Amino acid sequence: MTLIRVSSPHAHGSVSTGSVMRQVLLATVPGIAVLTWFFGFGTLVNVLWACLVGVACETLALTLRGHSPAFYLKDCSVLVTSVLLGIALPPYAPWWLIAIGVTSAVLMAKHLYGGLGYNPFNPAMVGYVVLLISFPMQMTAWAPPRGLADVPDLWQALQACFQPASYDAVTMATPLDVLRQNDSLLLEDLWQETAQFGRWAGIGWEWANLAFLAGGAWLLYRRIFTWHAPVAMLAALALMAALFHDGGSSASGGSPLFHLLSGATMFGAFFIITDPVSSAVSVRGRLVFGALIGVLVYLIRVWGNYPDAVAFAVLIANFAAPFIDHYTQPRTYGHRKAGGEP
Amino acid sequence: MRRVFDFHGGIHPAENKHQSLRNPIQSAGTPPQLVLPLSQHIGAPSRPLVQVGEQVLKGQMIAEAGGHVSVPLHAPSSGTVVAIEDRPIPHPSGLSAPCIVIDCDGRDDWIAHQGVADFRDCEATELLELIRAAGIAGMGGAGFPAAVKLAGKPGATIRTLIINGTECEPYITADDILMQERASEILQGIAILSHILRPEEVLLGVEDNKPEAIVALNKAATGTNVAVVTFPTKYPSGGEKQLIEILTGKQVPSGGLPADIGIVCQNVGTAVAVADAILRGQPLISRITTVTGEAVAEPRNFEVLLGTPMQHLLDLAGFRPEQCERLVMGGPMMGFTLAGPQVPVVKTSNCLLVPSTTELPAPPPAQPCIRCGLCAEACPASLLPQQLYWFARGKETDKLEQHNLFDCIECGACSWVCPSYIPLVQYYRASKADILQQRRDHEKSEQARLRFEARQARIAREEEEREAKRAARKQAAEKKAALAAAEGGEDPIQAAIERARAKKAAQQAGGEADPPAVSPLESLRQKLAKSEQRLAQGREAGEDAKIITALEASVKRLQGKIAEAEAAAADTVETEARE
Repeated sequence: MTLIRVSSPHAHGSVSTGSVMRQVLLATVPGIAVLTWFFGFGTLVNVLWACLVGVACETLALTLRGHSPAFYLKDCSVLVTSVLLGIALPPYAPWWLIAIGVTSAVLMAKHLYGGLGYNPFNPAMVGYVVLLISFPMQMTAWAPPRGLADVPDLWQALQACFQPASYDAVTMATPLDVLRQNDSLLLEDLWQETAQFGRWAGIGWEWANLAFLAGGAWLLYRRIFTWHAPVAMLAALALMAALFHDGGSSASGGSPLFHLLSGATMFGAFFIITDPVSSAVSVRGRLVFGALIGVLVYLIRVWGNYPDAVAFAVLIANFAAPFIDHYTQPRTYGHRKAGGEP
Repeated sequence: MRRVFDFHGGIHPAENKHQSLRNPIQSAGTPPQLVLPLSQHIGAPSRPLVQVGEQVLKGQMIAEAGGHVSVPLHAPSSGTVVAIEDRPIPHPSGLSAPCIVIDCDGRDDWIAHQGVADFRDCEATELLELIRAAGIAGMGGAGFPAAVKLAGKPGATIRTLIINGTECEPYITADDILMQERASEILQGIAILSHILRPEEVLLGVEDNKPEAIVALNKAATGTNVAVVTFPTKYPSGGEKQLIEILTGKQVPSGGLPADIGIVCQNVGTAVAVADAILRGQPLISRITTVTGEAVAEPRNFEVLLGTPMQHLLDLAGFRPEQCERLVMGGPMMGFTLAGPQVPVVKTSNCLLVPSTTELPAPPPAQPCIRCGLCAEACPASLLPQQLYWFARGKETDKLEQHNLFDCIECGACSWVCPSYIPLVQYYRASKADILQQRRDHEKSEQARLRFEARQARIAREEEEREAKRAARKQAAEKKAALAAAEGGEDPIQAAIERARAKKAAQQAGGEADPPAVSPLESLRQKLAKSEQRLAQGREAGEDAKIITALEASVKRLQGKIAEAEAAAADTVETEARE
């Protein structure tokens, strides 16, 4: 009997980093399914190709850094980054665009900063912003949803990705674009005249957002993250939309419901800003962090120049996270509240 | 029902308590040899009162308290002291420490003892002295001397006495079975503690996962002032600070004691020990210890004499050593691993956990922290463990203290939830030790600085005093001289100066009496003459150019030296002339 000497505790809970990441991956399935239904196989091809490139980059980086890829790949973090970036990119994006994005995310935003746990910025969003700034044309070309045009099949999706030269892309302005460019019509009229709008927001988009909301709710139920950041972001975004709704005039920024179910709102709220590494750490800190992103998303969507705002809002909030942490340290047991009883 | 409060965080690990509750308490008997560490409590070690070879009786005091925060030690059985030496003790360090070793004679003869007739007639100080003399240290795990805790802070009034029957650690059932089987003794002890402290209320806190204990306690507490309070099971509700918050809603101020907010906490086991000491005159010589884990065939609770080797308990419980790779004293959350089964049971040994390798497997290698925040959710002290971990790795002591590292109670909840299997508590322990060491070093250097400054000040003061005395003497002498001059006599100062001059002149004259045989200047001149002669010869003989040059150089050198010596001599003459 050889006895080991180890420090307490000797028992451990059942949660592991790998299992957390796998549950996040699982929770993206409804969203991917809805996107695939409305926009065709483009998103699926994006995701799969991004995963392939991501794992290759991760293996390369780990090998160069002298770590064991077999051990570190088990944490599945690179798959989460790749899948999230694949979802965020426009469907039917060419292979090289996706590869550049994933490479920027994994090699630059993650490993150059020291790997998992050390990145100050959300890697998927860094990858997205690199592409958005470098290739604005490819990044703003969204496919029309089912019902407004023929949805490409899997073969066409593969062709679009790997033989982009021989693929005739059909694109259409997204509802957020339509709304931003509107300066003459009342919201009600715009709704009537534009084909892209559905029941609450854009056709397809509203269901995709609800699907990501469902996935996020499941993650909340599984206690993968806390409600604070997502709820704060959604509340802040809805509040901003309500403030500047302007009764649905031609100057309106859109209704709160429209903003909640448009673009990457739910995807961002539950899958991007909940990345713990680059967000604020305390409960109060996450409320501030989420609210800041909600406000920024609205500002950039309505008065900015980009198709959606989540990526920029998240990166700006990532900058602010250490600062937020500094001012939102929780009150430790036995310490006084400011001026109150302990 | 009384309102209970919640505390922040906490976890729900698998309880694993039923295994050791299937059997009643069993006596572990008298082993052939007892090993009694002199330090089984927090505070100064006790001082031996016996010698090797001495016969001792059961209950005889064999070591006295080594200070105020210390307790005496008693022989758990009769026998012979065979050694007082270093033996391995149950301590996280795995080191050895001084122990009294007794070979038991098997007769188990008691020393004469008796309890007080009626504790209600006794003064609190009298009872406290008896508790102290009985060697009672907190039985819950920390081992703080009970009498010191009960004596409290001068001036602080105790409003609430809390008896801790929570036992929130998984696996351990020593307090549970004690409450089930000996509830009346617990209540006896509580009555004595209440008599000492005179609190307004007495709360006995039990987690709701001990239904049988709750029934027994409620039955025993009927008609007393003791309120049995149950609350939802959550680790670490048995931590003193957490239990106080659960029962009263108050928090113990950071760095303070429960007494600061009018509360004293004692463990149920301590209450029984107090009852034994006061009512029956029996010092603390045994305790209930849980032996559990998959590596024993029959997990159960033993009433065991202090000093009994763990091996003895393991044998009684049917130990299967091939399945075991660690021995833990305490529970799986806060217990520590033992160096081997030869270490003895001490006053704080509430549990001996012998898990099988599949039950509590060795931890896998740690992965990077992803700051998921599960630890912050679990922390009962509302700390940010993920930040503390970050600062601990960077050795940022300022940040660690700013994030209240020292409010960490090391309960292990953060490590338990960590999905990356990071041994967080280990980092905090190491950082605390580092910071304490730094503080001690700083204190030392501060003391050295103060000592140095004090010395400088003393030297300056002494110098001033000497100066003042000198000035006073001078003044007195001048006065005397003036007086003498006025009287037309010889000036004493002038006379002293002249005497000194005369003495010096005599010395100088003596020094010049034997001049050197040849002066250095003279010898240099002779050398120069020789060299010049040699140079002239060389030129005439037409010698090699190199030799000529060397000779010329040596002539020049000598000339220079002579010039120097002459100048020096002139100076000396001048100085002498001036003097």
